[in-house]
Amino acid sequence: MKRSPAASLLARLMPVLATTAVFIAGFLICSAAYPNFASLRVVMNLLTDNAFLGIVAVGMTFVIISGGIDLSVGSVIGFTTVFLALAIERWGFPPLLAFLVILAVCAIFGAAMGAVIQYFELPPFIVTLAGMFLARGVSFLLSTESIPITADLYSHLADHAVRLGGGARLTVPAMIMLAVVLGGMVLLHLTRFGANVYALGGSRTATGLMGINVPRTTVAIYTLSSVLAGLAGIVFSLYTSSGYSLSAVGVELDAIAAVVIGGTLLSGGYGFVFGSFLGVLIQGLIQTYISFDGSLSSWWAKIATGLLLFAFIAFQQLTLHLARRPRRRPRLATAGAAP
Amino acid sequence: MQSPDPLAAPAATADPSPPLLDVAGFSKSFAGFVALDGVNFTLRHGEIHALLGENGAGKSTLIKAMTGVVQRDGGTLHLEGEEIAPRSAAEALKAGIATVYQEVNLAPNLSVAQNLFLGRQPTRFGLVREREMRRRAEALLYEFGLAIDVGAPLESYSVAIQHIVAIARAVDQSARVLILDEPTASLDAHEVEVLFAVMRQLTARGIGIVFVTHFLDQVYAVCDRITVLRNGRLAGTAPIAALPRIELVKLMLGRELSRATSARPMASAASVEPPVAVFEGYGKAGYVAPFDLSLHAGHVVGLAGLLGSGRTETVRLVFGAEKADCGTARAGEGAVAVGSPREAMRLGFGYCPEERKTEGIVAELSVRENIVLALQARRGPLRPLSRREQDEIAAKFIRLLDIRPPDPSRPIGLLSGGNQQKALLARWLATVPRLLILDEPTRGIDVGAHAEIIKLIRDLCAEGMAMLVVSSELEELVTYADEVVVLRDRAHVARLRGEEISVPSILAAIAEAPASAALPA
Amino acid sequence: MRVNGLARRLPSIGTSQIVALLVILAANWIVSPQFFDIRMQDGRLFGSLIDVLNRGAPVALLSIGMVLVIAMRGIDLSVGAVMAICGAIAASLADSHALPVVLAAALGAGLACGLWNGFLVAVLGIQPIVATLILMVAGRGIAQLITEGRIVTFTSPDLAFLGGGSVLGLPTPVVLTLGMLVLTLLIVRGTALCLMIEATGGNPRAAALAGIGTKLITVAVYMWSGLCAALAGIVASADILGADANNAGLWLELDAILAVVIGGTSLFGGRFSIILAVVGALIIQAMNTGILLSGFPPETNLVVKAVVVLTVLLAQSPRLGGYFAGLPFNRPKP
Repeated sequence: MKRSPAASLLARLMPVLATTAVFIAGFLICSAAYPNFASLRVVMNLLTDNAFLGIVAVGMTFVIISGGIDLSVGSVIGFTTVFLALAIERWGFPPLLAFLVILAVCAIFGAAMGAVIQYFELPPFIVTLAGMFLARGVSFLLSTESIPITADLYSHLADHAVRLGGGARLTVPAMIMLAVVLGGMVLLHLTRFGANVYALGGSRTATGLMGINVPRTTVAIYTLSSVLAGLAGIVFSLYTSSGYSLSAVGVELDAIAAVVIGGTLLSGGYGFVFGSFLGVLIQGLIQTYISFDGSLSSWWAKIATGLLLFAFIAFQQLTLHLARRPRRRPRLATAGAAP
Repeated sequence: MQSPDPLAAPAATADPSPPLLDVAGFSKSFAGFVALDGVNFTLRHGEIHALLGENGAGKSTLIKAMTGVVQRDGGTLHLEGEEIAPRSAAEALKAGIATVYQEVNLAPNLSVAQNLFLGRQPTRFGLVREREMRRRAEALLYEFGLAIDVGAPLESYSVAIQHIVAIARAVDQSARVLILDEPTASLDAHEVEVLFAVMRQLTARGIGIVFVTHFLDQVYAVCDRITVLRNGRLAGTAPIAALPRIELVKLMLGRELSRATSARPMASAASVEPPVAVFEGYGKAGYVAPFDLSLHAGHVVGLAGLLGSGRTETVRLVFGAEKADCGTARAGEGAVAVGSPREAMRLGFGYCPEERKTEGIVAELSVRENIVLALQARRGPLRPLSRREQDEIAAKFIRLLDIRPPDPSRPIGLLSGGNQQKALLARWLATVPRLLILDEPTRGIDVGAHAEIIKLIRDLCAEGMAMLVVSSELEELVTYADEVVVLRDRAHVARLRGEEISVPSILAAIAEAPASAALPA
Repeated sequence: MRVNGLARRLPSIGTSQIVALLVILAANWIVSPQFFDIRMQDGRLFGSLIDVLNRGAPVALLSIGMVLVIAMRGIDLSVGAVMAICGAIAASLADSHALPVVLAAALGAGLACGLWNGFLVAVLGIQPIVATLILMVAGRGIAQLITEGRIVTFTSPDLAFLGGGSVLGLPTPVVLTLGMLVLTLLIVRGTALCLMIEATGGNPRAAALAGIGTKLITVAVYMWSGLCAALAGIVASADILGADANNAGLWLELDAILAVVIGGTSLFGGRFSIILAVVGALIIQAMNTGILLSGFPPETNLVVKAVVVLTVLLAQSPRLGGYFAGLPFNRPKP
């Protein structure tokens, strides 16, 4: 009737262990194929190139573990870059003030989506879809052209990096991403809020009955996701030194894929921030391999991501099925008295 | 907390101090339906008080009204002499009334420790002190005789342990009243014993326990007093010693010992007519014990027993809504497989489930569409009933069964319960079944509709249909059944035929103490 | 007293959608007085109104399949990617094979994609949004694999006719969409599938207990959605005389879902209307055209769409529905 707790813990860690194995295997394969692949420089570039995706994926992990989904993040990134470019270049905001303002705007945006999901009992996917249209549309309205950002802070931050030898540089975007991943791990795994997020994904009704403030938690989760998307937008603008309303189209899909490949259950309740981080790196690895190869085309990245997605979802479905089978309970006729 | 509360005197003695919980004159109606009608209920310190009643008796509503999940229309609630009015489960918990449901309301994916302390974990600088939390969790569970790895997810443990965790969480939040709503429904005999030990230990601390269950053996094994509800009213309260089993069953089913026996002669057509379906050694582990059942044309087999005794489970196996894991089924010439409703329908079976709203009607579809659904499903999508045929079928059954309002285009969700039930009957009658299975066909419908449905059952039987009917209405059952199978604890325990069928004999069979614990392993 | 509330929610009435479409068309006429002008040129009709129909064709096609999927409490996120795949197949084969072969290959690929989705949902029991996400991500890669990352162009007049030609004065895409609509209506309303889909979407457990083969229907419905997407992909390719795996059908799955929602079909399954879903697609396209004609930047479109989604959703919300319509029963959650 029951599995031993140790086995169950292993089963819980299984997906993230599998992700780790996939990443290591992938890295070894790449290194075997290209001798100069296995270098600190490649790893650091991996971090820098995928910094914005990593940040978004952390927020997405919270959302998905709580049993929701956030399709708006790509558009929020695009909106953020356009807003920053305009604020800094046209409206004369100091960059840091612009950062603060945009993060506040994103927070309000996320809180609004969370509130609509909570209070109108609408599916998160369609509400955040509306959010996606809205954010993208507003950024188009702000500007449709790519605006370069020339502020001193940007060039300064671009130059600023920890040099690790061999041409390897730990850049500011990479540092921000690593900090967010660490912060996300602490928040999700070590705080009351994190436990509430898991509880929501495990059982929404039970969480409410246990006295947890479900509405507040839901709003907080979507706020967090949008704020992190805003931060990813800041990093994206640092990375490209420009703002463009068409930037980061489809990033929500990459982020969801990274989270799933990282071992998080799309139906909620299970997952790790670190897994999502690895999921991002695996996607980056595929891209890097393709660029090293030169002859391979970029579409293989999508197919490979799709295959990985399927493999992980099928794997999850199988483990869920196996975990549930011995625990099937007889369904008794237990209708309540209330009609 | 080890020192016994001075108030926790052994229960069932007159207690001069105010009772722990005092419910006075609770009333509640839902859209005209009276769910609770002036119910009184008292719980003393340190007693285990069984709350019993059939489906629709008002147990759930009473519990929900006590814990603020539904707002009562009238009545007062006193906890240790102090009036309280909780407006939500959280408020009730704060006041000291905790509920543990059959479907454990904890987060299965979180660790045991997190579940025990969710929302009130020990923290330092905002971070949960995991080690401290686990230490406390272990200490807490140790009091309940559990020494388990509290870091493992809750779902890796058996349901019994999950219940104890839920109870521990409630008690640790200083609950003084603990409501256990059918906690034993999915436990095996040993787990039930463990749970009982925990319950007795809690009463020693002065905690009062309201225990809702279907299992009469368990009532007599652990409870001090019994309160029975029936049709939203208080049917009676008595100390356990003053209420023998047969009296209890009578209280629950509301029967005076009428002498009504089956109007039908023994061994009627049944022995001559070839069986429509025969089930031998049919059963499913942990669901219902293997049984034999033989269904004949023009013959009504009634299933009697208390709620949760395995009646619904039996008919779901017969209809293929659940797959049997042992035994054989025969229909006509040879062995058949009844692994799905579709296969059952191919054999000419029809099934009106008890849960009308969740398993019967498609609320937003019209009466007409609901009526033709099963017939259409059997014909397959490629042979649609024309609109005219549909209208004719709907009109015929609306007339025949007097479905009101007689408007075939009305969404069925807007009809009264009795008329929904009639439409569901029509759905199956339209398929001209050889075997019709009815699960509580007269539940939750008005008296007039009762009589009509019983007349219908008799007529159908006279026309040569085989019928299998689950009913708690024993007086009704004896008037139409040729054979009554009595169930207890998910096993068929008695078979009454012809003149043996009477309300007292059924009650006796239901109430009989089993020789051995018949709980599923 | 409650019948009115319920009747208002029944999509079969559909007055609000028609009125919305007329209002938008009228608004278009106000900003552009030539909006309703239709002229005949070389045996083909031209004009803004015809343009709305023509450009709305792909989303209308997608919405025909999507509405069935949503009525079954599902969702198909992969239709945009399936469009790209099938468009790519059609464009690559167009110059070397006869039109029937081209069509059979492209439509067959669409059916195969639908079969895959249906298999994941019905047999493996994966939630629809997750199951179709896989093909949404991988499908575009597969399309690029077929086109080898280039924009494949073709010159076959046969295929081109499907995009740019006309039948009886109407652009071929419009005719194809009408044909698909009529075919789907015949299949769904002409058989008992309509009842079975609505029953399954309305109450899956009751439907299964009434003997409906819910799994088979689920697979069939996803396959039909794949077929519609394939046809939309062919039309899109034929229109531009080529296949752009990157952009063909991009985000159109969202427009299709939106069209279905505007058409009054609830995301929680149950009652559906294919015709109103197509009307929904036309509403979306009429808004697009209207914004273009009015001289507003085309980018406004997305903001307007967002507002429309929110408005329609809030009107459909179980909470608000409960307050305003006073429904005696709660819609079960998916």
